[in-house]
Amino acid sequence: MKLHEYQARQILENYKVPISRGYVFMDAAEAEKTFRQLGKASAVAKVQVLMGGRGKAGGVVHVHSGEEAKSFALKFIGKPFSTSQSAGEPKTVRSILLTEDKKILEEYYLSVTIDRSRSSPVILFSKQGGMDIEEVAAKHPEAIHKIHFMPDMLPSAVAILPHVRTGFSGDKIPAQIADIAANLCRLFVEKDASLCEINPLALVAGEQVIALDAKIIFDDNALFRHADLAVMKDPEEEDERERKAKQLGLSYVSMNGNVGCLVNGAGLAMATMDMIKLAGGEPANFLDVGGGATAEMVREAFKIILQDERVTTILVNIFGGIMKCDVIAEGVIEASREIKIQVPLVVRLEGTNVEKGRDLLKNSGLRIISCQTIDEAAARAVEEAKAYRSSHVGSR
Amino acid sequence: MSVLVNKDTKVIVQGVTGKAGSFHAQKCLEYGTKIVGGVTPKKGGTFVGTIPVFDTVKEAVAKTGATASMIYVPAPFALSAIREAVDAGIKLLVCITEGIPTLDMVRAVDYAKMAGSRIIGPNCPGIVTSGESKIGIMPGYIHQKGKVGVISRSGTLTYEAVWQLTQAGLGQTTCIGIGGDPVIGTGFIEALQMFEKDPETQAVLMIGEIGGSQEEEAAEFIQKNMKKKVAAFIAGITAPVGKRMGHAGAIISGHSGSAQEKIKTLESRGVRVVKNLSEIGATMREML
Repeated sequence: MKLHEYQARQILENYKVPISRGYVFMDAAEAEKTFRQLGKASAVAKVQVLMGGRGKAGGVVHVHSGEEAKSFALKFIGKPFSTSQSAGEPKTVRSILLTEDKKILEEYYLSVTIDRSRSSPVILFSKQGGMDIEEVAAKHPEAIHKIHFMPDMLPSAVAILPHVRTGFSGDKIPAQIADIAANLCRLFVEKDASLCEINPLALVAGEQVIALDAKIIFDDNALFRHADLAVMKDPEEEDERERKAKQLGLSYVSMNGNVGCLVNGAGLAMATMDMIKLAGGEPANFLDVGGGATAEMVREAFKIILQDERVTTILVNIFGGIMKCDVIAEGVIEASREIKIQVPLVVRLEGTNVEKGRDLLKNSGLRIISCQTIDEAAARAVEEAKAYRSSHVGSR
Repeated sequence: MSVLVNKDTKVIVQGVTGKAGSFHAQKCLEYGTKIVGGVTPKKGGTFVGTIPVFDTVKEAVAKTGATASMIYVPAPFALSAIREAVDAGIKLLVCITEGIPTLDMVRAVDYAKMAGSRIIGPNCPGIVTSGESKIGIMPGYIHQKGKVGVISRSGTLTYEAVWQLTQAGLGQTTCIGIGGDPVIGTGFIEALQMFEKDPETQAVLMIGEIGGSQEEEAAEFIQKNMKKKVAAFIAGITAPVGKRMGHAGAIISGHSGSAQEKIKTLESRGVRVVKNLSEIGATMREML
């Protein structure tokens, strides 16, 4: 679960991490009042959407008057917004954050996340902040300081200080950084975060260190013990189909191609998408029906796939283990009768009761293309998708 | 020989009275696994089929001599179930449960390590030593005693690969589902080490996916330490950047963790990477 910047700021404040002063508003009519409230000659206006790259897409600007703040708000609130990182899926801007325009003297990077290879949380600090941390990590790995810790033994600021001191003259600045890092660790563990990132952590006038932008992601698996966080969730974090799928216990991610996929298991679902690509096509989605899908779930999965109008063929790839192939075949037949699937349907079944399943498909009287291997199925689906598109130009 | 488990391994099932626990305990018994007991608090003294249920792991261990546990306890209680098993002296914990908070797994892995116990998983299909013992949820019949060791982060994708190995006449020694979560008890490297030492295993197949850098680290280990042949398959070439693909561990941030990068690293370290999913069996046969 991701937080909006304004929500992340609120949490940082609760954990005594200094931030720039700022206010959020949801109605352009409040823009001028908010600007006055800040009481400065200029401010930074930021659209609040859950995606990176806002600045480059024009969603972060300096404003010098209430009117400017208002026209920025009018331009964005209630409108779709997309960036280079939004994968062609715009999100509606619901609010604007207006913050003090702080003169930045230096930019650092600070985060707490999980180091998978050490199975432990880690503090990452770099004196070179602001830019893409992955770039710093790739070019100057020595510039990133790592401090591992265990969740039930939080590091104190005193313990962190020696690790962030390098390159500073005196302790005034590093002591503030260590203090912020210690608080960030407490936030990370107490709220079950998977990422708490401050970039940039800025040095401003008066030798003060403050968080200028923050990205916080919480562990979805731990939300059951954080009712206060669950209510902060923006339902628009996922698109409508993804949300619907989740309610049904399915895992769905929309893609840009035209071959819809219905698969059991996340790994096999990804591998199936890869096979479509290998066969010269493009997958329309990732869809994992899980290990215990019922006929009803299969039917709903088809509906979700077909809501995407770009889909011109559906490929079903099921490796039946606990889930038996004949049960899946029945689900596919039932769904295809009930929702009258118009696009070609390519089905590949393998595993428990596969012969029964294939027989059911063959004798159903429906036009279901049954394939034996995933290789064959992917190639056939791509072929069908192309043929269908050229014979149904413009409509499905 | 095989790794981790064999026909004599005595196994208890934590969460044995739940729907998944009782179903799979039964299937494991049918496969030949020595399921000697189950644990569900307050259900001690009852039976699930022929399996005696105990209130605590300690009691189950004392009465049955079990050394391994298969865990189906719901995610919110998984950490305490793991600690209980470790405290009772269980040496191998196969955690099937999915959706465990990451920090709970950090705590669990540390706890087990201190006591010298090993966790497999969580969020994994389990382990099978073909023809001997199955501790997990995979369909038994797809496995066949043979010569390939399998290590995988996935579930059904593993079944696909195992089935191909069986059909190619190669079979498997042991198949280890290490799980798809960001923090897991046993990684590729530890599993590779075990297979390198196992005289029956002639080659290893590893199945990875996007996210993290486990495959890259494994690649380095293979080049330096593995005499046996290793082939790999990596899922997620088409996965979009930053999207969660079912598993919490499969988030690509920027370039690191992408399938392309993993494949490149593996190949540069001399590991044969199978690009076409349906050619896993044929490729392994060619290598052996």
